[in-house]
Amino acid sequence: MIRIERRLRQPRLLSVVVPLVSVGFAFGLIALVLLATGHDPGHTYGKLFRSAFGDTGALTSTFASATPLVFTGLAAAAAFRMNLFNIGAEGQLYFGVVGAVAAALLLHGAPGAVQIAGMCVGGAALGALWASIPGILRAFGRTNEIITSLMLNYVAGLVINFLIFDTHSYWRDTTSPSAAVFPQGKALPDAALWPVATITHAAGGVLLPLGFMVAAGAAIVLWTLYRHTRFGFELNVIADSPRAARYAGMRTRRKILAVMALSGAIAGLGGAAQAGNFDHLLDPRGLQQQFYGYTGIVVAALARYNPFAVVLVAFLLGGLKNAGFALQGADFPSGLVGVMQGIFLFSVLGGEILIRYRFRLKREPGAAHLPEPVP
Amino acid sequence: MNNSIAVVIAASAVLYGTPLLYAGLGELLAERAGVLNLGVQGMMLVGAAMGFWTVQRFHVGSGGALLTAVGVAALAGAAMALIHGFLVITLRASQIVSGLALTIFAGAAGLSSYLGNDLNLASNPARHQFGAVFPSAAQHWPIVGPILFGQNLLVYASWFCVLAVGLYLSRTRPGLNVRAVGESPAAADAMGIDVIAYRYAHVLAGGAFAGVGGACFSLAITPQWVPGDEMIAGGAGWIAIALVIFAFWRPDLVLVGAYLFGAFAALPFTLQARGVTIAPELFQSLPYVMTVLVLVLVSSGVAKRRLGAPAALGLPYVREER
Repeated sequence: MIRIERRLRQPRLLSVVVPLVSVGFAFGLIALVLLATGHDPGHTYGKLFRSAFGDTGALTSTFASATPLVFTGLAAAAAFRMNLFNIGAEGQLYFGVVGAVAAALLLHGAPGAVQIAGMCVGGAALGALWASIPGILRAFGRTNEIITSLMLNYVAGLVINFLIFDTHSYWRDTTSPSAAVFPQGKALPDAALWPVATITHAAGGVLLPLGFMVAAGAAIVLWTLYRHTRFGFELNVIADSPRAARYAGMRTRRKILAVMALSGAIAGLGGAAQAGNFDHLLDPRGLQQQFYGYTGIVVAALARYNPFAVVLVAFLLGGLKNAGFALQGADFPSGLVGVMQGIFLFSVLGGEILIRYRFRLKREPGAAHLPEPVP
Repeated sequence: MNNSIAVVIAASAVLYGTPLLYAGLGELLAERAGVLNLGVQGMMLVGAAMGFWTVQRFHVGSGGALLTAVGVAALAGAAMALIHGFLVITLRASQIVSGLALTIFAGAAGLSSYLGNDLNLASNPARHQFGAVFPSAAQHWPIVGPILFGQNLLVYASWFCVLAVGLYLSRTRPGLNVRAVGESPAAADAMGIDVIAYRYAHVLAGGAFAGVGGACFSLAITPQWVPGDEMIAGGAGWIAIALVIFAFWRPDLVLVGAYLFGAFAALPFTLQARGVTIAPELFQSLPYVMTVLVLVLVSSGVAKRRLGAPAALGLPYVREER
């Protein structure tokens, strides 16, 4: 009989080793899936790795697909660490794009730096605002934020559809010839396009988008905030024991609202980066096909809510996504990326039990006597 | 009279509400046992794919193929739910993250799309589909004809399921036990109820219902396989989750809510066909907005106890830690 007991102490080492072993386990499992469906795992993994990280072009695309995931991953991590399950990064990112594009269009003619800063502010503000709805409901109405933030994702998706397809809004392009054929968003002014840094490399250059650097900066800020400030300390207390926090006089409700807004602001910033670096307009269809927000939750969970690990995991999952896109075809069926992400997540989630609990073989009831004391 | 807009909308509300009804009933069973499964979307899509595959490949008469297809869809949904069940019940993982993982694993960019490609589902329309059951004379009766007699077998079966689930939860011993497991697993355990077994059974049943709900799309509403099916990928699974809350976790209200949300899904098409232009997003967003409002309502004081979620929803049960 196996007994599962809670560990009194969670060894540091385990929280690193267990996820790594889980990922290894997932690779094994996926290899079985590939074998079962008639693919050679070694060949597929090799191709996958090469198209994700193999050359400068691959790395450039990987950075591009990782950028939004870092933001949504950080957004989820910021809230989940606090036991606030904000599943709304998806919708908050849409609103981030809306805010950022509006800011850039309003600041038309201003210097590029001003426009980019304006996009960040606009994106973060709208993201935070959208996240405040479940935040307020949770803080003051005790309404479960999981479901409300989830429902609001769909509302947000419908709002951006409305802005482009069913009304002549500020965001919609009504003048260009192609817009007459199919509704599309207004393009950003040229000065508002986010720059891309080139890292020179022997075989060409890897393009590092500004958005990725902003995301990495956000990770550092978030880590500092949670680790080294009074605000972060109070958050940790509230997360571990809401009752203790209340007795200590901490303002729990305000903190809930603040964390939700922070989480939404990060997701909104992700929207700004997406618009500035890659999309250059509000594109409802494109945004809703990517599932950035939901994948961000995967990223945060795989990273065990550590901001730096989020950057790393987002980079790896970005690579997987980009490689999956590049390889799509007979060799690599389109659904395999989702299957692989799912298996990674299932393995790491299932592995968590090894960190929190230990397994013991229970002796038979008859043999459970203490040894006789030696006289 | 049968072409009046109200009748057309009511008839299509029933048609479009049926998949929501199945999936909602399934989610209700799982949640009543204390397990939140956010993977409905994924389970529905895999059910739709496998159901469709069965009618294409299983060469028997139309009736046999369709019934087998529904069975296969239910099994496929249950198999997906088993992953979630194992993770959250046995391994005590977060129900939220696991459910989302299931959506990603099985959803529009995952297993269902993989199956659709690998089994080559998109190439042909369905060989069989669920059609109207009653003779066409009955379907032309004023008002009740199209609404009640113009539907397919899955619709009538869903009414039976609502009745069965309702009676099960309120009138039988196992049903009472399920409610105990969802409200207070420790008390249920002390009464000698096997909490783990009950949770597994109802998560699996929930998956089976979701699978059938998905099959409603691929076998009746749009009898073909569209990669990343808009109707399902458009959020039927999430609406089903919303529906359970909207219905205060009661099977009879799930029926009402499903048809209401079904009407919202059908309204834009119906109005468009009649040349009325109202932004479709308005109706499409109503289920979500209404669910948020209902949730706010049931979160407060008195309402929470009478109408709110099962008390142990989302929490793992560990006997040693109660």
